[in-house]
Amino acid sequence: MSIEQREARQPWILLTPALTAVGLLLIVPLMFIVVYSFWLKSAAGADTSGLFLDNWKEALTDRFYRDILLNTLKISAITTLACAVLGYPAAYFIARSRGNKLILLVLLMLPFWISYIIRTMSWINILGISGALNSALVWLGLISEPVQMLYNETTVILGLVHFLLPFMVLNIYVSLDGIDTNLEDAALSLGATRWQGFLQVTLPLSMPGLAAGGLLCFVLSAGTYITPVILGGPRDAMFANLVYEAIIKQLNWPLGSALSLLLLVVLGVLVLIYNRYLGMAQLAKGLG
Amino acid sequence: MGWRLIRIYTILVYLFMFLPIAVVVLLSFNANQFGSFPMTGLSTRWFEALWNNDAIMRAFRTSITLGLMTAVISTVLGVLASLALVRYKIPGRNLITTLLIAPILVPEVVLAVALLLFLNFLNIGKSFTLLLLGHVIFTLPFVILVVQARLVSIRRDVEEAALSLGASPMQTFFSVTLPLLMPAVAAGGLFAFTISFDDITGTLFWKPGGIETVPTQIFSMLRNSISPEINALGTVIIVLTVGLPLIGAAIARRLATKSGG
Repeated sequence: MSIEQREARQPWILLTPALTAVGLLLIVPLMFIVVYSFWLKSAAGADTSGLFLDNWKEALTDRFYRDILLNTLKISAITTLACAVLGYPAAYFIARSRGNKLILLVLLMLPFWISYIIRTMSWINILGISGALNSALVWLGLISEPVQMLYNETTVILGLVHFLLPFMVLNIYVSLDGIDTNLEDAALSLGATRWQGFLQVTLPLSMPGLAAGGLLCFVLSAGTYITPVILGGPRDAMFANLVYEAIIKQLNWPLGSALSLLLLVVLGVLVLIYNRYLGMAQLAKGLG
Repeated sequence: MGWRLIRIYTILVYLFMFLPIAVVVLLSFNANQFGSFPMTGLSTRWFEALWNNDAIMRAFRTSITLGLMTAVISTVLGVLASLALVRYKIPGRNLITTLLIAPILVPEVVLAVALLLFLNFLNIGKSFTLLLLGHVIFTLPFVILVVQARLVSIRRDVEEAALSLGASPMQTFFSVTLPLLMPAVAAGGLFAFTISFDDITGTLFWKPGGIETVPTQIFSMLRNSISPEINALGTVIIVLTVGLPLIGAAIARRLATKSGG
């Protein structure tokens, strides 16, 4: 074997372990559940293999599933919007501040290290019957009895925003940081007001970061399982809860497969649209 | 919006991020036996209760073992793959990168279901191994992103110099590339460890009965109500997960200055 042939083989040797892992633990399992979603659950235990459309019919036509899917998309959209509104000015401040940029960035990264379940449950301490807010309001005399503020759709969204905001801020920050500030100054010198300069120069240039952050927030909240269980009421199930219910509680694996594929397809279309216009490289920038 | 307004807005956003966490820490020192306001005094009794709680200590051991094994496997796979992607011209590079990043883009529930059912089909039921495999596939993309970013900034010349002086590719990797890459390897490993330690959705699908990790243990404790013990556990985890990376960063920085980098 010549040196060149050896050289050409080397990268593939290096890639083999990772590609094998992704292939065997992600790609093949995904193809497997496509097949499985056409099987039929049987009470006896072993499911019947074959090409049955029952699960898909149930997943696509049952009002119960459709309503929860739509509600999940609605909650994700509101969460994403809230993250953008809260996150953009903060990202702008970090990107344009001179002195304490590093501290602000480190603080922004900290929540990534703090456990998701701890951050989610922390809201019970704030909004619960004997939480901080109720205690404060009673002490101030604004209310006479503590009120239950938890376990509704709003608190689910609040928990999601709290969890996802750093993703949004970081992505917008990366985008803003790459914009030459001279461009804004140029706009000013040409007679634009600060606000006009921002709207016509900075905002459009930072769109890739906003879009990447938005995609992450949307996809991550649409796949959430824990937040609705901890902060939502009995009626606030999201789509991932249905999947868990079907797979773990009812052991209806064919239906669970169909439901998870439905979620994958809905979110996959979104990712594809995003990729068509902005590309995956942008997403990698904000994650790394 | 004026600059001052943006500053106040940003401070409020940071308060929103950190206030709930501060309250967890505050309440974990509450002497009151209900983990709530009004606080009746300061006490460390809930931390003692944690130490004596066998279930929690077991969960800690499971999570740490799982996290360490995940970190080692993911980092090795990630470093090898990153070397191939950055150092060689290979056809279909973008496709391969997308493929390796794909586990982040697939919703975790879907990934969890697919892996569980597939391994079950192969007669590999719920086990610690399934948990480990799941955590590896879930953390691998993050390691690759971190290591790749660093590798791009290490100049090819240094490696070529070593090669031209007669070092073998292996020697070059271990005595030139790896030391320069060390901060990213450490960061990637820490990243993998923390993500594994924190994971709950996948873990709930994969864990066999009787095994609990720290998050699933907290989750089952939350079913009753929030107790001061959970807040104390939260405080311990916050200190560990915030403290460890900071110590790691400090060590990495010291190593970097020592080696003159």
